[in-house]
Amino acid sequence: MSKTVPVTLNVNGVEHHLEVEPRLLLVHALRDNLGLTGTHVGCDTSNCGACTIHMDGRAVKSCTVLAVQADGVALTTIEGLASENELHPLQEAFWNDHGLQCGYCTPGMIMAAAGLLAENPNPTEDEVRHGLEGNLCRCTGYHNIVKAVLDAAKAKGAAVGAPASGQPGVTA
Amino acid sequence: MSIGDAGSEITRRAAEASNGAPAPSNHVGRAMRRKEDPRLITGKASYVDDINLTGQLWAAWVRSPEAHAKIVSIDTSAAKATQGVRAVYTHEDLDMEAGLPMAWAPPGVDVNTPDHWVLAKDAVKHVGDPVALVVGDDRYGVVDAAEAVMVEYDPLPVVTDPEKALEDGSPLVHEQFGTNKVCDWSLGGGDLEAGFAEADVIIERRVVNHRIAGGAIEPRGVLAEYRGDRLTVWSSTQVPHFLRLFLSILLGVTEERVRVIAPEVGGGFGSKLNIYAEEIGCAWASRKLGRPVKWIETRSEGLMVTHHGRDQIDYVKVGAKRDGTLTAWHSKIIADIGAYQLLLTPLIPPLSGFVMCGVYKTPAVVTDVTSVHTNKFPTDAIRGAGRPEATHMIEVVMDQLAHELGMDPLELRRKNFIPPFSAGHETPIGVVYDSGNYEAALAKLLEHIDPAQVRQEAEQLREQGIYRGIGFSTYTEICGNAPSRAVGPGGFGLQGGGWESATVRVHATGSVTLYTGTSPHGQGHETGFAQIVADRLGIDPSQVEVIHGDTHTGPFGLDTYGSRSLAVGGEAAALAAGKVAAKAKAIVAHQLEAAAEDIELRDGKFSVRGSPDKGLTLAEVAGAAYVTMDMPEGMEPGLDEQSFYDPENFVFPFGAHACVVDVDPETGKVKVVRWVAVDDCGPAINPMLIDGQVHGGIVHGIGQALYERVHYDDAGQLVTGTFVDYALATAAELPSFETDRTETPSPVNSLAVKGVGEAGTIAATPAVTNAVIDALRPLGVEFINMPLTPMRVWEAIQEAKGGVPA
Repeated sequence: MSKTVPVTLNVNGVEHHLEVEPRLLLVHALRDNLGLTGTHVGCDTSNCGACTIHMDGRAVKSCTVLAVQADGVALTTIEGLASENELHPLQEAFWNDHGLQCGYCTPGMIMAAAGLLAENPNPTEDEVRHGLEGNLCRCTGYHNIVKAVLDAAKAKGAAVGAPASGQPGVTA
Repeated sequence: MSIGDAGSEITRRAAEASNGAPAPSNHVGRAMRRKEDPRLITGKASYVDDINLTGQLWAAWVRSPEAHAKIVSIDTSAAKATQGVRAVYTHEDLDMEAGLPMAWAPPGVDVNTPDHWVLAKDAVKHVGDPVALVVGDDRYGVVDAAEAVMVEYDPLPVVTDPEKALEDGSPLVHEQFGTNKVCDWSLGGGDLEAGFAEADVIIERRVVNHRIAGGAIEPRGVLAEYRGDRLTVWSSTQVPHFLRLFLSILLGVTEERVRVIAPEVGGGFGSKLNIYAEEIGCAWASRKLGRPVKWIETRSEGLMVTHHGRDQIDYVKVGAKRDGTLTAWHSKIIADIGAYQLLLTPLIPPLSGFVMCGVYKTPAVVTDVTSVHTNKFPTDAIRGAGRPEATHMIEVVMDQLAHELGMDPLELRRKNFIPPFSAGHETPIGVVYDSGNYEAALAKLLEHIDPAQVRQEAEQLREQGIYRGIGFSTYTEICGNAPSRAVGPGGFGLQGGGWESATVRVHATGSVTLYTGTSPHGQGHETGFAQIVADRLGIDPSQVEVIHGDTHTGPFGLDTYGSRSLAVGGEAAALAAGKVAAKAKAIVAHQLEAAAEDIELRDGKFSVRGSPDKGLTLAEVAGAAYVTMDMPEGMEPGLDEQSFYDPENFVFPFGAHACVVDVDPETGKVKVVRWVAVDDCGPAINPMLIDGQVHGGIVHGIGQALYERVHYDDAGQLVTGTFVDYALATAAELPSFETDRTETPSPVNSLAVKGVGEAGTIAATPAVTNAVIDALRPLGVEFINMPLTPMRVWEAIQEAKGGVPA
């Protein structure tokens, strides 16, 4: 192991002080150092999007970011998207619409969709499809994922894109 | 509190629990949202890499960069000297007498099967062949150390083309056999020669079904812990029971001391239906080092050393009368199975032969399969396994024949459809289909899409330079693996059949645990199986917990692949629940002083027929069976039953799909613009799950037809080694799908169901191919092989124009 450097990760509203190798990927810091295993790894080339989280409210592939680059940035993972007792409208819609099967791409897909809806709260089907093209799913053929995102967007009173726990630095 | 008081307390709590609205008894058939989902949508599920053990080490593999070479030397000294490295192993260190198992080969023929070691011995046979195993403290550190292992190779000649591999003088993948041929195998029936003699028209096509990957988004992974004298292995596998069996044999640890857990598994599609070197190697290393050992596959490893599928060259010859009546069908399959044989490798190409009659009453059908070794990773079962290949050649060649005869492709199909049947249809090759109504599926499809209208649109679009085409596929397939009488020693000749197990355990307060021997990885068993059991016991599916994928909980099982789970495992669950219901009825009959045969399950209560008010809930029966013992004299306590179900026959789902594509002739780019699917898998257990399986299956097929190809160059280098090059379809390339069903009951099982996990994939590739050819016919293109990439489509257009493509 090469020498380590200090980094502060603000994840889901909680600050963590870590000593990490400079080469440590953010996704591994979240998973292996902080135990936030809801964020997944499905490729080595940033194609699959299973590792998608939010950095300052924007959807980002956390396998393409070094942990040290996330120092001081407000991070939201799937674990922080909803409050303790309530699902985020996207989680609810994925459940209602059978928008997942094996579930492995799902956290990344939901975080990407939340990022999409934050930028475009009323997307067309085509906009959803292109908005999610950075996230791969092998199970669903995307049909029900697209339906779920459209349904979540339509859901009445849904503050879609804003984490229910309202972490600092995360904007809708 | 006395024992009796405890009994009354449990009975009271159970009565309270059932005091709400009576549980409806018709959960089967409903689109119930999944019990699995809450943990999956909140990031709380545990896949293999989410599990970490105290003292855990990491493994990394040194893999061959050569496709075929002698290993001259391996220098592990630098790697061993790396900080944090605990061990570096090569073949000589492994004290195992055997390597990776090949367990199922086509019976009755000689099969050349090479040794397949966990770490290569003396030579490497494909890119990625593992030569050393590095174990150390740190996830990143072991990868550094693996790069420090110095291997000297002496390259040998490489063969990657299966037809060239069969020629005299070809480089040999395994010298000891003197040939690259693995085996020849045939299945046929009817008089082929007479059929061709009788034909007015004979056409021949060379159909290529290229190599593809499973592409599960969760890579493979394994965590092995040998502690005391017991081995526990967590693996991202479809086959925990098979894995336990083979780990036990290979490592010499008796089965009761080996526990395999398939935790949350992120997709499989056949690719996790195997016993892999990494599973055996990590388990072995854990025992050697006395520490847990974890390995998580990278995607570039996954595309290289997780088994591939398909890779056939099919020579198809078909005879027909002028009126379209099929008279003979001969298929010669050359299957490129790669360098070694995994669990089912040599059996997969022959599976095509079992469905080569398709949905047609062709009187003579013969399939000859020749399997060949090349310097590639082995093939094995990928979603459909043999049936997509069969359906592709049948349905593409049917369209070719229709064109040759000047007939409408659907008219040609109708002309040859096997008429509707409900209790068995024997094909000339001896396979007995269970039930089918192919005309009805096609008729339903045409309620949703009007080919004439699509062709009208096509004419208008051509004025804008867009070429629109429509393609169809009418398919049947064989699943529900597998009836012992059909495939076992008394039938086809395999070692055994494919029964499945289930245990239904009613707890003292009336909730239920179902243990299934199947091992799902996204299909939704926890919901669908709960619906089945709930209906048989008069409870709500929320009260049924489905446990799977752990060899230390339920009975021995045969896992999940080949669309078998519902038709075999679901039926086992239904039968076990039926045994519980029968015992419950006997208990209730005793308490109500009625005859057991007069007890019925109605509105969540076991009651005397005609007196629904007086009855007992399952919870009350459980209280009697576990606590108060208010049961017939001599009856054993408990409410816990097991069933092992061995089906009488396979099941044969079927359907009709239509695909509409737009092709840009300037770029060769194909876009699927519409898809209509009518599938028949018998009565639905949960129609929402069926639609989900169909959607995903279709896209696996569209992916193969348009985008995906595992491609090796002539030197045996894997060209498509990442998701940059191996292109899974994204949402942006696809339309939404229109799905519908017909429901033809299967006579094989009491649920009357058939599998649906692979149907979409089986149906899809010919529908796409036929649509693209239909679109391009005005440009003179008559035939084209997958993958229909822009380059290949553009080249086909240029060739048809008489130009020479670059």
